Amino acid sequence: MFELILTIWQDAIALLPDVLQPFAAIISKIVVILMPLIICVAFLTLAERKIIGYMQVRIGPNRVGPRGLLQPFADTFKLMFKEIIIPSNSNKFLFVGAPLITFAPAVAAWAVIPFDEGMALSNINAGLLYVLAITSIGVYGVIIAGWASNSKYAFLGAMRSSAQIVSYEIAMGFALVGVLIASGSLNMHEIVVAQKGSVLNWFALPLFPLFMVYFISGVAETNRAPFDVAEGESEIVAGFHVEYSGMAFAVFFLAEYANMILISALAAIMFLGGWYSPLAGLGVVSDTLFALPYIGWAFDSGFHWLFFKIAFFLLMFLWFRATFPRYRYDQIMRLGWKVFIPITIVWLLVAGVMVLAEIPPWFDKGGLS
Amino acid sequence: MLEEYLPIWIFMLVGLGFGAVLLTVGFVLSPHRPDSEKLSPYECGFEAFEDTRMKFDVRYYLVAILFIIFDLEIAFLFPWAIVLDEIGWFGFGAMFIFLAILVIGFIYEWKKGALEWE
Repeated sequence: MFELILTIWQDAIALLPDVLQPFAAIISKIVVILMPLIICVAFLTLAERKIIGYMQVRIGPNRVGPRGLLQPFADTFKLMFKEIIIPSNSNKFLFVGAPLITFAPAVAAWAVIPFDEGMALSNINAGLLYVLAITSIGVYGVIIAGWASNSKYAFLGAMRSSAQIVSYEIAMGFALVGVLIASGSLNMHEIVVAQKGSVLNWFALPLFPLFMVYFISGVAETNRAPFDVAEGESEIVAGFHVEYSGMAFAVFFLAEYANMILISALAAIMFLGGWYSPLAGLGVVSDTLFALPYIGWAFDSGFHWLFFKIAFFLLMFLWFRATFPRYRYDQIMRLGWKVFIPITIVWLLVAGVMVLAEIPPWFDKGGLS
Repeated sequence: MLEEYLPIWIFMLVGLGFGAVLLTVGFVLSPHRPDSEKLSPYECGFEAFEDTRMKFDVRYYLVAILFIIFDLEIAFLFPWAIVLDEIGWFGFGAMFIFLAILVIGFIYEWKKGALEWE
């Protein structure tokens, strides 16, 4: 079935003029990445409300469709028909452009994410550098939105939000350098392959402090609870996007959730072995499991494992929101600068020593792959 | 290898285009009935007073400067981390000295209270 669709599609592309063929191929791949991503974002919003609902002994949305499954679509259509208010003394061009500047990097970063062995839109050498560069563009959207709105709440929210994002970006960057030391490559594909073997080969073990720092910084980067002072609804209403309504707000919303999924995907790729199965490398056990008829593939490495790992991190995002009270702003800055940066600097040196001393089972030459 | 970057450019354009389409759909489908109250900045029911582009706390500026310093440091660490295998203990020692100098600066900032938020 899958092969048939692929063949028909390739034939369809072959009918185009020669100049357009590569572009058509690239754009169809982009659609194959982008559409599931948007659908995931839509259902993540539902999952968030359902899961937090159950955690608080409520039912959550259950009116639209069976068990509320169509709620995201109802929300989308509602937002589509809501007026987009452009405040009279805002900078109109920047006001409309800011959601785009936040949204485009959040999806474009997916260009280098490897979903399975050899399955990435673009397998560039500087993959991780690209991700770091493009995700940091998102903060411009926040600043521009807050400035262009010309509203005090939006302005304060943007200041807080951008200061928080840049502070945690340092800790995040250091954590990424740790991964680079361990893998010796900027290429996302090679970073995953460097973790081949069993669960013990995943970088989450030797780089455990960096893993924790990375994920917590990721939560802070996306302005999620408990670090959501930027949009703390009880004091500055909604932060930088207080003046946005209708689809303009929806684009910010999409970008925030796409960023959550991106952070989860990166954490899974860099620390939890990407598409590798946790059951691999167990000798006889994994051999028998993988050889099982019909269901054996489910235990073997593949895209579905990356999907499960991403889902696990997303659950963490939601769980944090249901569990922790909001941090105070000075506590957030203290955590970022005085706790995370010292931890990461120390662990960078530890990682360097581990690599140079070739500590098994992670860094001994020839033992891996 | 450079042709691998073409899909990335296209993806960025598609991302921008998709966002623009969403906004356009919103503008086309939604009603458009502005009035002066609706278009005034939101201030919890008050009439907006003062200019919004007011003075803000200098500490935000300080955070931005510190960010530049540390981000540059990370930019220096990237190539070093990639080739650490080849440059061995000598390269490690060199970077250790570099990091040590930066850590001294970091401790100085800390003691001076640049990282304090009341």
